[in-house]
Amino acid sequence: MATSVTAKTQVVAHVRDRRWVLPWAGVTLAFLLFALYEAFIGAPTESTMGVYQRIFYVHLPAALAGWTGFALNFVASVIYLLRKSRKVDALALAGAEVGLVFLSINLISGPIWAKPIWGIWWTWDARLTLTLVMWVMYVSYLILRQLTPTSDLQPRLAAAVAIFIFADVPIDYMAIRWWRTQHPQPVLFGGQNSGLDPAMKFAVLISWIAFTLLLIVLLRLRYEQELDRHAIEDARRQYLLIAS
Amino acid sequence: MGNVVAAFAAAWIIHFVYLVTIARRETRLRQALESLRAQIQSHQ
Repeated sequence: MATSVTAKTQVVAHVRDRRWVLPWAGVTLAFLLFALYEAFIGAPTESTMGVYQRIFYVHLPAALAGWTGFALNFVASVIYLLRKSRKVDALALAGAEVGLVFLSINLISGPIWAKPIWGIWWTWDARLTLTLVMWVMYVSYLILRQLTPTSDLQPRLAAAVAIFIFADVPIDYMAIRWWRTQHPQPVLFGGQNSGLDPAMKFAVLISWIAFTLLLIVLLRLRYEQELDRHAIEDARRQYLLIAS
Repeated sequence: MGNVVAAFAAAWIIHFVYLVTIARRETRLRQALESLRAQIQSHQ
């Protein structure tokens, strides 16, 4: 969609074609349904925790997808400070926002599992506290982006904050390896005494693929929307300049 | 089993709410574009 003002000067704005969403959404939905089947039927029932262990198939992939979104936010923020590219800034915003959606799922599913297993919804151990702090920091990052006026300073400030708050992600990942926590020790990449039944590992893998596909679809949608929003704002400013 | 269903339901609901947010943003974008187009056409 393009809009012209006069023969000499052109104001061009468009909203990108989103038809790519349909096949991606189809494949993602198929994987999500397969992941549900694996989580409820395919994977065996764990001997000590019983059916509650099945929450793991949503809890872990949500954390991995969230961390991936934040890692993208971090890398894009570093590149933004070096190159000042609007596309990279849009990618940083998309990474933080979509990552936060997945981290919210992780934070909600955790206590739902903890109540029947630990007898409590929440405890202030290192892993849980660091995850909650991470959630609060990325919410603050998105609020900061909304509140600061649109200027060159806004994305620079956001990028600096993003680099600072990402420090929580690797510490959160390592928390259950460095310290004794009430949160279970790692079952994947956790050393010699960790591991999963192959059928459980397969269910985790399918859930992880499904969540990663969903992450990619949501990231691209938000990235494109942000670029389109900038393009429309630029075109409006250009038009006002020409009209005045 | 109720807790397991609740955890999975929460994940689907959160994604659904986020998709609704994205759809609303999409509508606003297209409205902003149409409004700009109308402004330009009225100017010509």
